[in-house]
Amino acid sequence: MSQHHTISPEISFPPQHAEGTKKIWKTFWILSIITIIELAIGLAIYNIHEGENPNANLVLFFKGMVCILTLAKAYYIVAIFMHLGDEIRNFIMTIVVPLLLFIWFIIAFLWDGDSWKNLRNTDAGSRPNIEKVAPAAKQKGAKD
Amino acid sequence: MASTAIPAGTKWWSGGKSPFNASYGKIMMWYFLMSDAFTFGAFLISYGTIRFSVNHWPDPNYVFNAFPFAGHANLPLAFVSLMTFILIFSSVTMVLAVHEGHKMNRKGVEKYMILTILGGLAFLGCQAWEWTHLITGDHAVLVNGQIEKWGTTVTRNPFGPEVLHNGQMVSTPGPIAFGGYFFGITGFHGFHVFSGVVINIIMYIKTRLGHFDQRGHYEMIEKAGLYWHFVDLVWVFVFLCFYLI
Repeated sequence: MSQHHTISPEISFPPQHAEGTKKIWKTFWILSIITIIELAIGLAIYNIHEGENPNANLVLFFKGMVCILTLAKAYYIVAIFMHLGDEIRNFIMTIVVPLLLFIWFIIAFLWDGDSWKNLRNTDAGSRPNIEKVAPAAKQKGAKD
Repeated sequence: MASTAIPAGTKWWSGGKSPFNASYGKIMMWYFLMSDAFTFGAFLISYGTIRFSVNHWPDPNYVFNAFPFAGHANLPLAFVSLMTFILIFSSVTMVLAVHEGHKMNRKGVEKYMILTILGGLAFLGCQAWEWTHLITGDHAVLVNGQIEKWGTTVTRNPFGPEVLHNGQMVSTPGPIAFGGYFFGITGFHGFHVFSGVVINIIMYIKTRLGHFDQRGHYEMIEKAGLYWHFVDLVWVFVFLCFYLI
């Protein structure tokens, strides 16, 4: 710890900062390489869509891959660039544990969206006293 | 964490000292960013819900395939990857500014803050171009049996399902939620970038005036840096949700 560095009195133990920038550049390369892989997967999805028989499962697999790679990128940005990895464990937990709500949040709402699609495509969502929209009009309709 | 060598049995919560060995301002910046993460998360999840609920959604590789000065060349993902790399790079210059701040090197902080501000402005310029291109671009759409030329706005989406019309495939109006979500979420993110640039400019001026040297530490640069990295973090997810999947 350098002597000319005064810190705010509420901090009990002066933090140790890395001398060099090696870790920063290493993280930059990791983020860049992950982004390039993501772009390659994005173009692969594009080519699958352009192709003769798009394989829905393969597209889903690739989309799952980019989601995982994005989470990896988020980890590196938060842990290294934002220095959260250097904080005290209890503090890390006060940030990370509330974010676990997203697990429920994503599952519940995407499930809800999917349920709406099923109602849209079947009779399950129609009420008997409401006039049914003709299929031809529906295909053109601006609402869909 | 482990390298700070904290004595065993330290009473973190006894008062007078930070329980987390970090200043109040920094801890509160983290909690603000966590709440902001929920705001963006709610936006993106709501977008996902609507997208799951409709039968057709525009293909991002088809909608975002233009590049400045490239005319009508089909370049899917090219421009948005440029924007992504600009933001990653400005994140690196920001963390380098924080690093120079730890070493109390004012000249270094000034240099990297300038680079970060330029990166932010470059990103905003790219976003302005992309919005303009999307709003003013005209795509043939079949509306009530007539071909019209539409741009993408919050009330119009020319990228609907394609139908056969006079022997060729023409798209029909798509879900208008596409424009609303795209402009809403990238706009909210762009506003964060804009305010981040303003904060960084203020930090640069304060560095130039020697305020942090007088204070004895460059913690304000760290707090501005947290905000700036968060903006980059959000873009990682916007990039995923709007352009990749």
